[in-house]
Amino acid sequence: MSGWQNMLIQSVYFLAAALFILGLKKMSSPVTARGGIVWAGVGMVLATLVTFLYPHLGNFGLIILAIMIGALPAWWFAKKVAMTDMPQMIAIYNGMGGGAAATIAAVELIRVTGGHSLTPIVQTLAVLGAIIGSVSFSGSLIAFAKLQGLMRKSLLFSGQQVVNLVMFVLTLVLGIIVILQGSGASIEMVILFFVLALVFGVLMTLPIGGADMPVVISLYNALTGLAVAFEGFVLGNAAMIIAGTVVGAAGTLLTQLMAKAMNRPLSNVLFSGFGAKGGQEATGEGVEGSLKPIDATDAAIMMAYAQQVIIVPGYGMAVAQAQHKIWELTKALTERDVRVKFAIHPVAGRMPGHMNVLLAEAGVPYDLIFDLEEINAEFEQADVALVIGANDVVNPVARTDPNSPIYGMPILNVDKAKNVVVIKRGRGTGFSGVENYLFYADNTRMLYGDGQKMAAELLQGMKVL
Amino acid sequence: MIEGFVALYIFMLAAFVGYEVIGRVPVILHTPLMSGSNFVHGIVLVGAMVALGHAETPLEQVIGFIGVVLATGNAVGGYFVTERMLEMFKSSKGGAK
Repeated sequence: MSGWQNMLIQSVYFLAAALFILGLKKMSSPVTARGGIVWAGVGMVLATLVTFLYPHLGNFGLIILAIMIGALPAWWFAKKVAMTDMPQMIAIYNGMGGGAAATIAAVELIRVTGGHSLTPIVQTLAVLGAIIGSVSFSGSLIAFAKLQGLMRKSLLFSGQQVVNLVMFVLTLVLGIIVILQGSGASIEMVILFFVLALVFGVLMTLPIGGADMPVVISLYNALTGLAVAFEGFVLGNAAMIIAGTVVGAAGTLLTQLMAKAMNRPLSNVLFSGFGAKGGQEATGEGVEGSLKPIDATDAAIMMAYAQQVIIVPGYGMAVAQAQHKIWELTKALTERDVRVKFAIHPVAGRMPGHMNVLLAEAGVPYDLIFDLEEINAEFEQADVALVIGANDVVNPVARTDPNSPIYGMPILNVDKAKNVVVIKRGRGTGFSGVENYLFYADNTRMLYGDGQKMAAELLQGMKVL
Repeated sequence: MIEGFVALYIFMLAAFVGYEVIGRVPVILHTPLMSGSNFVHGIVLVGAMVALGHAETPLEQVIGFIGVVLATGNAVGGYFVTERMLEMFKSSKGGAK
């Protein structure tokens, strides 16, 4: 290995690692976020280019072909995908990273069976990275399939947790055998080990319901980071160790923030199958009051003569693609000197901040958008709270009924507003399957219909006034 | 090459950095940040390239090839998805992005 090559490679990796960290730092403020991703992107391009100078590197044609095959569809889909489908895109790209980490481990472990020796520590890290990367890969694919609607039902069967536990232990045991046998391990053993790890990823993700997917994707994101870091150890590559670990830690923190916002420990998200019963018809049993419908014209009048309106969007807005109409509605209200604010629950939508992205897409300035803590006290002064496609995150039983499965979850106190208008397609419950008492409250009116259509009708009603 | 305890120190310090860097991130940026950190672990591409570049048997080449394809997808897809999201953040006061 010639000195200057190695020097150049290490310096560029060093620079890339610094750019990644600075980029992430910049991404944590809305003002500088745009620049942040560009910085990180520059680091990535530099690191990739310099890797071609790696000593004893062969298969150049294959490498370039593989990069082209990987890059073109990824670029195309990333450009085309609708903003509403972002969560599953992130899931699939993340899964690919996990899969890549697993393949690095696979190549290294197969080389070991061919007589190439690694120290036990390096081999252990390779195996750990292999398990984590494989689980992240197959798990993310399932998450993608669920969010894309390719897989409607959550698969639940009795003894599922036992089966999963057994699978996990089997994978671990096989991994340990691969480590202990070192170069004596057969190639079949290594292959079986990978198959088990992949199957475990599938089984682990299957029972988790759609509502919990944000947390799961975030977790897999952190896991992929960790897997990359471990494979970085194996290859002695500092850029991978640093970038992977930073993502692993940042992702873990994000996952915790999300789980906290749902007021559920992570273990509960992963192992309870809670969010799985979505979409059933509500029975309304045991709820006092009734559902009181309203039509769009009346709702428009109510809002037009209000002083303050708070709009609470949820996943229903994303499904209906109603964000553009909602922004037009907001502008129409602002022209009438109505103060309009947006209240976003941390887990509204299918990812944290999902609503913010959609609203930003429609052109809503981010200084009109408020977090739960910022806005909750304001509902009492609001004349109208317009709930569009949100359900569990505005359900007052989370405050009042200790027996409810969502009890203790922080919610937006929409019920405290003087009037509540709920745009909703049908009478179904939210993802949690819990009846929403807000809809039966005396100050609540239900505006049944598709979010986009209803928003357009509200706008129409506003214009004729 | 980074080995042994030096690697361990890097690991520890990087973990703290990751935790601190996004410690006070507003909810509004959670999705782009998750996407952005998703892009950053696309650095696995570098490792996948080395693995394929050093592959000798056909089996190693096939696996290495898949690895580079997947890693490139992670990096390229992650970048454009994140950029598209961040492009949209505007303040009502105009100007700043």
